[in-house]
Amino acid sequence: MRPALELAEVTCTFVSREDRSQRYTAVSDVTLSIAPGEFVSVVGPTGCGKSTLLNVAAGLLEPSRGTVRVFGEKLAGINRRAGYMFQAEALMPWRTALANVTAGLEFRGVPIAEARRQADEWLRRVGLGGFGDRYPHQLSGGMRKRTSLAQTLVLDPDIMLMDEPFSALDVQTRQLMENEVLDLWAAKKKAVLFITHDLDEAIAMSDRVLVLSAGPASHPIGEFAIDLPRPRDVAEVRVTPRFIELHKAIWDVLREEVLKGYEQQKKAA
Amino acid sequence: MWRWIKPSPRNLRFWQVGMLVAFFVFWHVMTAPGLLPHFLFAKENDAAFFLGEPLKIFSRVWQWFVVKRDIYPHLWITLVETVLAFAVGTAAGLLMGMWLALSPMAAAIFDPYIKAFNSMPRIILAPIFAVWFGLGIASKVALGFTLVFFIVFFNVYQGVKEVSPTVLANARMLGAGQRQLLRHVYLPSATSWVFSSLHTSVGLAFVGAVVGEYLGSANGVGYLIHQAEMVFDINTVMAGILVLTAFALVLDWAVGVLEKRLMKWQPRAGETEKL
Repeated sequence: MRPALELAEVTCTFVSREDRSQRYTAVSDVTLSIAPGEFVSVVGPTGCGKSTLLNVAAGLLEPSRGTVRVFGEKLAGINRRAGYMFQAEALMPWRTALANVTAGLEFRGVPIAEARRQADEWLRRVGLGGFGDRYPHQLSGGMRKRTSLAQTLVLDPDIMLMDEPFSALDVQTRQLMENEVLDLWAAKKKAVLFITHDLDEAIAMSDRVLVLSAGPASHPIGEFAIDLPRPRDVAEVRVTPRFIELHKAIWDVLREEVLKGYEQQKKAA
Repeated sequence: MWRWIKPSPRNLRFWQVGMLVAFFVFWHVMTAPGLLPHFLFAKENDAAFFLGEPLKIFSRVWQWFVVKRDIYPHLWITLVETVLAFAVGTAAGLLMGMWLALSPMAAAIFDPYIKAFNSMPRIILAPIFAVWFGLGIASKVALGFTLVFFIVFFNVYQGVKEVSPTVLANARMLGAGQRQLLRHVYLPSATSWVFSSLHTSVGLAFVGAVVGEYLGSANGVGYLIHQAEMVFDINTVMAGILVLTAFALVLDWAVGVLEKRLMKWQPRAGETEKL
């Protein structure tokens, strides 16, 4: 089967705008592929270029070298088959929750009444049925994330790109959201590329976990298939023996990179 | 007794009005001929001549609004000039600001000229505008325009530059093309900056209108003031200033109402529901 998303030998080098000789290679020679319906997580130390990778997959950033293929086709410009959940606040503050969810449909020329209907349904599905007329600043952090989720999923993308979407949430809300995402994913079976620095989250949710080395020029240094049975509950699965085994195996690879990344940041500071 | 009079949020209005009354009473006592011995001026009537008398000022205002009803056409002209200058200036500032913010090359070319025009004391253009556009409305609108344009322009420029990159990237991922980004991301973001400068720009449109009238026209409140000044009728000058001040307050209040309606998506500190 053709992979839903395929990155082949992707390298991203940033050049400083002030000084052309200042270069920084965020990721180097990254090759990864995600099958349709597969849930893949990428973990790595902070500042290792995880978000860069996601921006490349989204088509927001053109790689310096290498190619991106989406369902076998070479990607040029924005990845139209992907939905992107950002780490930072991405809702338009001047639109209500409902108008934020309809935005993508409006951009695609869906009639407003039909867009409203679908958006309403998605808001209900993420548990925000009565909050459609609220503005983002009137919603809590968790509610804003849910709105973002509805905003992305209402377009029914084949690929979901998620950039530490829950890192700003408290532990309880976070587990609720993780379970919700897993349920939605199980129902629709999208290909998911999930970026996180939280190893627990990565193992609990994914089919496969990829470990990235510390930056600069980070690249995958380990790949682990997660054979935990589904459906999973992210809180319960954490105490199963197999989870602990996997966690130990991945952490053995990750730990050294985390220390390396920490050392580099200390040196730079 | 003191418990009731002591300034507090409850009797704030009372104190505000009290200040105004006290001010006018002081003015009256100091200027009314023969009421107090004249220790500051050489002659008894000098204080009234130079500073005006509140009672005469009020009666002048009363004449204008109630008895003769001859101020309304002048007020109307001033209002039309203000609104036109504001509308045209804002529209032009918005367009120009968006354009320059989105095309860095154009911004680089225009940069020195915009700086030059902005640092020029634009009031000085009023006589030139009178020559170019005549003594009617157009010359005042032109003057107000030059004042409003730059305020709005700089705010829009800044607003477009400071659109959150995440919101922008998100809109692109949701499928927005260039025009949709303009319409649904840049424009709303820029308008929020325009609104933050709205009070200033309406005020400046008003200044442009009145100064323009003062320097040369046959209509408007500025013209009335100028006429009175020519014959040393200080009471009418003061009455005109009073009317203009009240008018500016009303304009400012109207802008406030508009702002509240259109900017309800912006967070306000401590927004809780009163039960």
